[in-house]
Amino acid sequence: MIALFYIAGAVAVISTIAVIMQTNIVHALLYMVVSLLAVAVIFYVLGAPFAAVLEAIVYAGAIMVLFLFVIMMLNLGQHTRNEEKSWLTPKGWLGPSILSGVLLAQLVNVMSHLSYEIVPEQIGVMEVSALLFGPYVLAVELASILLLAGLVSAYHLAKPK
Amino acid sequence: MDLEIGSPLTVGLILGVVIVTAALLITVERRLLGFWQERLGPNRVGWFGSLQVVADMIKIFTKEDWIPPFADKFSFVIAPGIIMSVVLLSFAVIPFAPNIGVIDSNIGVLFVLAMASLGAYSVMLGGLSSDNKYALLGSLRAAAQMISYEVFMGISLLGVVALTGSFNLREIVNAQSDGWYIIPQFIGFVIFLIAGVAESHRLPFDIPEAEQEICAGYHTEYSGMKFGMFFVAEYLGLVLISSLITVLFFGGWLGPTFLPPIVWFSIKAFAFIAFFVLMRAAVPRPRYDQLMSYGWLFLLPVSLINLLVTGAIILSSQP
Repeated sequence: MIALFYIAGAVAVISTIAVIMQTNIVHALLYMVVSLLAVAVIFYVLGAPFAAVLEAIVYAGAIMVLFLFVIMMLNLGQHTRNEEKSWLTPKGWLGPSILSGVLLAQLVNVMSHLSYEIVPEQIGVMEVSALLFGPYVLAVELASILLLAGLVSAYHLAKPK
Repeated sequence: MDLEIGSPLTVGLILGVVIVTAALLITVERRLLGFWQERLGPNRVGWFGSLQVVADMIKIFTKEDWIPPFADKFSFVIAPGIIMSVVLLSFAVIPFAPNIGVIDSNIGVLFVLAMASLGAYSVMLGGLSSDNKYALLGSLRAAAQMISYEVFMGISLLGVVALTGSFNLREIVNAQSDGWYIIPQFIGFVIFLIAGVAESHRLPFDIPEAEQEICAGYHTEYSGMKFGMFFVAEYLGLVLISSLITVLFFGGWLGPTFLPPIVWFSIKAFAFIAFFVLMRAAVPRPRYDQLMSYGWLFLLPVSLINLLVTGAIILSSQP
């Protein structure tokens, strides 16, 4: 199981790098989907099948599909590809690499003090739901209010004049 | 020969039987359509046209597999592969019989929904990478249709899930030993049926590939085996939806004991396949805006009310 975790982690990291490096926006989006699915596998390996399948349904299956839908409408061609290429200069890499390198070093430092034992305990749908509608019910309600606000504004934008 | 869940023999048999069934359906559907439309259908190759599928396959395999020079090669090639793999993966959680199945998963229903939502990429990429206006129009229609009907499909299943108290498809079948869910969940069944047809974009909801309006829709530029994969995947989707209806609403393998469970499952699933073919022969195609407003303005409220009432009844019947 732990091998699966590392393989999925490597796939997630590599495909996320590919998202940034790709100049063809459709291919970048496909790598993003692969990255999200790899994260879903990580959740599954760590004993959260419900979170894993929700990651696949909501992120990979719904949000990314909407992204692709918008890209189809925009009809981006060679022009945007050239623009993307002109942004990916060596100079542009320098600042972000240093900053994220510092963060990575700190993260590795913190993680190295933790114990690596993974308890392969499967958390089912029932346990997650009991938590969501028990101690975290306020957060769920707040999130639903946020979604309602989004719904109302979408309705306002699409309202026939 | 012992069949058990997840053994390599069972997995191989399921894959083989499912793919062969889907391929055979191409002939069966044309014969059934001919029967219902009072004409003959393909009856030349083999006994009553039974070898027509072999002739079709020879043609599809030997045709030139042409990739248009203006297409985005990477997306063009993987698009038919995505739909084939996600539909075949969905069969992993289907309980065919007590001892036949690939995996006994606690997230079975959700897994099928996840695979269905990933299937949308195939039609979108197919149309987008073809660089053809008909293909693009087709895949735009397909994307909006699949995202919308996924919602109603998911909500209509939740009644069954709430009655069973589990996402495990095997437990759903076992919970129906006292009575099939078609009776308490009739509204859920009807919505699931409609959404299932829309998800597998078959007639009457084959608007993404409506020949009269937009050539063949998203697979206009496909030929040879890549077109064949789209084509077989559509029939695989039909088998999948029929199996799901059987499992969720008609008691899966349950039935009188004079026939083995797998036979009961096959009979029920084939009845739904035949029903879908009959629908294709009988129902005209709606307009695209009719399809969308029907979904969001009618199916969504009805499925939500169905879920609400089911939940209220379950709560009130508990001590």
